[in-house]
Amino acid sequence: MNIAVCVKPVPDPGHYNRININPETKLLDRKGIPVIINPVDKNAIEAALQLKEQCGGKVVLVSMAPPDTVETLKEALAMGVDEAYLLSDRAFAGSDTLATAKILAAGLKKIGQLDLILTGSESADSGTSHVPSQLGELLGLPHLNHITELSLELPVIKMKAKIENGYVEYEGRLPMVLGVAREINTPRYTTLMGVVMAQNKPITIWGLNDLGLDPAGTGLSGSPTQPGDLHFPRHGRKSEILKGEPEAIAGKIIAILRSAGVLA
Amino acid sequence: MPEKPGSVWVIAEKSRDKIAEVSLELLGKAREIAAQTGSPLTTAVLLGKDAGLLAAELIAHGADQVILVEDPRLESYQNDTYALVLEELIKKHRPEIILFGASYRGSELSATVAARLQTGLSAHCIDLKVDDRKGLVQVVPAFGGMVYSEILCPEARPQMASVKPGVFPKPERDATRTGTVLKESATVLDGYQSPLKVVGVVQQQPSDLPLEKAETIVVGGWGVGPDMWDYLEQIAGELGGAVGCTRPALDEGWTRGEHTMIGTSGKTVRPRVYMGFGVSGSAHHVVGMKDSGIIINVNIDPEAPVFQVSDYGVIADARVILPVLLEKIREHKGV
Repeated sequence: MNIAVCVKPVPDPGHYNRININPETKLLDRKGIPVIINPVDKNAIEAALQLKEQCGGKVVLVSMAPPDTVETLKEALAMGVDEAYLLSDRAFAGSDTLATAKILAAGLKKIGQLDLILTGSESADSGTSHVPSQLGELLGLPHLNHITELSLELPVIKMKAKIENGYVEYEGRLPMVLGVAREINTPRYTTLMGVVMAQNKPITIWGLNDLGLDPAGTGLSGSPTQPGDLHFPRHGRKSEILKGEPEAIAGKIIAILRSAGVLA
Repeated sequence: MPEKPGSVWVIAEKSRDKIAEVSLELLGKAREIAAQTGSPLTTAVLLGKDAGLLAAELIAHGADQVILVEDPRLESYQNDTYALVLEELIKKHRPEIILFGASYRGSELSATVAARLQTGLSAHCIDLKVDDRKGLVQVVPAFGGMVYSEILCPEARPQMASVKPGVFPKPERDATRTGTVLKESATVLDGYQSPLKVVGVVQQQPSDLPLEKAETIVVGGWGVGPDMWDYLEQIAGELGGAVGCTRPALDEGWTRGEHTMIGTSGKTVRPRVYMGFGVSGSAHHVVGMKDSGIIINVNIDPEAPVFQVSDYGVIADARVILPVLLEKIREHKGV
């Protein structure tokens, strides 16, 4: 059983308060913010490793990212993934979800012979949750997103996909593309041994030409959506501070509730 | 012959044999957008087995036209069959703009259709407007809501966007509105075999007052703690409101569940009064509550970002204020 897990290196969500907008370029400035594996992508890795433990085979990592993310990918290799493919090229910069899915699809096709492709359900930075479905469409494979349970009784795969206040149970056959939700499992910690072993695991870097992609079809020029202006949220609230002892404050809150008409 | 459908579409979603609230909310916004384009008719698209009965509901909330596809194969939602039918309809009628509700299903469906049409799609928009030069300006929260970014789709068509429930106000129901129904068929499904089989659907409506319907929401964050959580419930009870929570409180297991979480990965709410206790005001949470009527927050940290999005702030320990406030409210009500 060969499983590919698509992962996205993202700026660490714990540091989003340090993100700035460069006043001249109007572009995002994320200087000094560490890059990590998108948190829910680790759940996808964990799901893949568990299936490998059950069925044998190989787990490979596929990521579209700048070349300096090699170290970040090693973190995933240290969890127990066998090898990684980094799809990296200047021409890929600015890719929207559809262009990203095209590049990932090209990388996955080149790897070939995959039974299952897993991703996290959404990324921490842009959070569209589009890529699992779009990847499935571009590969011509069945796809589902927000998977909270997964079990394999070959050749049948059974899944639960999250909906509002519940879930849908599905059955299907591999190959398939699945986006996993964070409820599916708890990702394992990396061990020191894992970290040592990751140093010798292969990381293959493929660019535009290796993937046989047209530069006009990737990156910003290959993206149907384009970024417009950025701004920080402005709320225009009066931010009046209520002072006094707790009893006095409670009295003031009650007056506000009454004037708002939610308390008689 | 019915006239040609308008160029702004809302893909209607059903929830337990009713039109989902988010679809009705989108009709209001779609009418605004349509009025700003050269083609002022708003179209709702409805798929299902006996869905025709629901067309009137869409018209009463702002649709001028309903494209109706009734077919037994569309009885229950399935991403692949719905996407196939929508793709056909879109290729035939070529709308300019399509709005989807960003439910789990709507997100998946919109992404699938966008890939099939090779067009642009934005997710979880918090604002939508038409600009003569830019086309549909789709404002989305990025980096957990820390930054709001415009997404444009300059060339590919249609321009597609998804919006979460609660982001836009629901238009008033007007039973006197009239509209036309255009029936289309799902012949594209003839001979199609879905690779996925739905074995079961398990959905349980929570018994508590949904946040979307509450006029007052009492929200608890990290600063409340498990031992004081019940005060939120009691205060909400006295006010006839509901209790909401932040991600950290949910993760700690203090709350009634995920359906009460407010934020980019939870609910978007606009109650008359939002009253937060021990809520820090992470950008993620703020996206889900910023359009509330009056916002009051109690937090011990004077630097908490939540005060920037508050009408009234109290710099104090929420754990101290909660019991006093409950007592005073009860005293006031004469309980």
